[in-house]
Amino acid sequence: MSRQSPEIDIAKIDTATPVAPAAAAAMPLLRIEGVSKKFGSFRAVDRLSLDIKAGEFFALLGPSGCGKTTLLRMLAGFETPDEGRILLGGRDIAPVLPHERPVNMMFQNYALFPHLSVRDNIAFGLKRAGMARAAIDTRVGEMVALVKLEGMEKRRPDQLSGGQKQRVALARSLARRPKVLLLDEPLAALDKKLRESTQLELMELQRRLGMTFIVVTHDQEEAMTMANRIGVMDAGRLEQVATPRDLYEAPASRWVAQFVGDVNLFDGEVTSREQRHLTIATGDGGAIVVAEPSQPVTETAVSVAIRPEKVKLSRHGPASDAGSSQAINRFEGVVTDVSYLGGSTVYKLKLDSGAVVRSSMANAARLDIDVLSAGQRVVAWFAPDDCVVLER
Amino acid sequence: MAQRVGRISPFNITALALGMAFLYLPIVILIIYSFNASRLVTVWGGWSLRWYHEFFNDRAMLDAAWMSLRVAAVSATIATLLGTLAAVGLVRGERFKGRALFSGMLYAPLVMPEVISGLSLLLLFVALNAERGFWTVTIAHTTLTMCFVTVVVQSRLASLDRSLEEAAMDLGCNPVQAFLRVTLPLILPAIAAGWMLAFTLSLDDVVIASFTTGPGSATLPIRIYSEVRLGVKPEINAICTMVIALIAVLIVIASLASKLSSSQGESAAPP
Repeated sequence: MSRQSPEIDIAKIDTATPVAPAAAAAMPLLRIEGVSKKFGSFRAVDRLSLDIKAGEFFALLGPSGCGKTTLLRMLAGFETPDEGRILLGGRDIAPVLPHERPVNMMFQNYALFPHLSVRDNIAFGLKRAGMARAAIDTRVGEMVALVKLEGMEKRRPDQLSGGQKQRVALARSLARRPKVLLLDEPLAALDKKLRESTQLELMELQRRLGMTFIVVTHDQEEAMTMANRIGVMDAGRLEQVATPRDLYEAPASRWVAQFVGDVNLFDGEVTSREQRHLTIATGDGGAIVVAEPSQPVTETAVSVAIRPEKVKLSRHGPASDAGSSQAINRFEGVVTDVSYLGGSTVYKLKLDSGAVVRSSMANAARLDIDVLSAGQRVVAWFAPDDCVVLER
Repeated sequence: MAQRVGRISPFNITALALGMAFLYLPIVILIIYSFNASRLVTVWGGWSLRWYHEFFNDRAMLDAAWMSLRVAAVSATIATLLGTLAAVGLVRGERFKGRALFSGMLYAPLVMPEVISGLSLLLLFVALNAERGFWTVTIAHTTLTMCFVTVVVQSRLASLDRSLEEAAMDLGCNPVQAFLRVTLPLILPAIAAGWMLAFTLSLDDVVIASFTTGPGSATLPIRIYSEVRLGVKPEINAICTMVIALIAVLIVIASLASKLSSSQGESAAPP
């Protein structure tokens, strides 16, 4: 019964309510308005607002204790907001109990029912929804095929590997075809290789089902790989909501720049502005010329952020034909540390001015005749366009 | 290392033999003498089932045994029901202020001398002018055994992952359904173990029963105790052997059930 169709018809497992593009633009599927949650005197979530569109793969990224799981649990209904509203499809879901919300959650530890088989775990939510037996069998069959667990239906959770448990948990939370699927650290318990392949499978699944996924993670690589948009959280607030690229290339604050990826930061003051360039006098880095940001800098006390892979390095400095404008920011220093990481090498430099700068260079060739080692004098340079100016 | 652990020295064997003898020799002697054909307890007169036969014709003794089994079954059932509810309240009731105080109070009967609980219950029943008999003993035994059930169920419940119930609610169960469909099946072995513990505790209690029972409704231990004061009949040995057998069976079942309970719910590697 459960295996009548070897190929799953994608259209059949579409979300229950496809939202027309125009309507989606007018009203997001999920709107969080000024939501706060306090535990005692501690504000886990602090007046947070966020819109999530239908069909989005959204990631909440943040260090542990930043409130991302609390926010997710409020969406599932396990916590009630102290302030603010949560609107799902325009309707306030505050009075809706967890078992009545069109939202399902995949738990961090999977929370599979140990006394039930794989099949009964997946069918659990369908039985509660009062579905007919035949329809349940069909749906379970679809779900088992979707997560590639054919032949495992009769097993108990303790007879499954970590990856298989993860799939059962996913199938169980998808079976009711929720409007929004919440995933709490879905891959944290898997090893690195399995995590990477599962990331791709989750993306593929989300694209095929057209469902809205909200994933909570502390792993920025995971968030960057999977999500269309990322909300970076710290201390109960959203620091920035952006695409993975914008988050990395245009961080909104010092904190985001430091949390997402590696960064060199120089604190300084704007000393002059001329034809789309600012000159910033930094304490230990000297004067740095940066491109004028699209949003005008209003304060004079700023930080300059530059990603390590944008800091070029060589023994003799840039070749003369590299264009002088690309090499305005030119520093000399000594290599203090070399970390070979396979695809790239990270160099730590101590500049003559005293500042410590990290530079990451791709190992593009197998044999590097001009390899740099600790103790060598080098020239480091970077382009004004690659710098990000952040207000302090 | 493995060799050292596995090696059995003469000292180990001696210690084991002495320890086992200390614990079980009296019971073994009692069991052997229950098959004694002689009327004198201390003189061996050959194998016989005579005293078992005697017991099944002893009306008063049979009544006492039946009374004991009924009291044990009813009080264990009530204690299990109340004890399980108490455990659920103490473990899951996050908004329940004074949980620590209540769990401390619940455990009081564990450490209270039985003479004191027996006497206080007697005073209560006298004050209430309750007719002492089956129900007073049953109530007394329920108060005695409930805390044991709570301890057993509470430890199982505390080790159970809270997110299982949340997952059940997420998948469409209201809190009561989540408890019945997910939590209850998972703590059932602990509840069964608690029931059997309560049953055996009730079955072998003399002190509280003798305070709270009335004329004509003696339990088996009370009956045995009063018979022994007039001199030990080999029939007593036969009864005791049967009680030991019953309790041994229940203890084996209870420990199997709790073993089953603890192996469930924890992740194991795939075979």
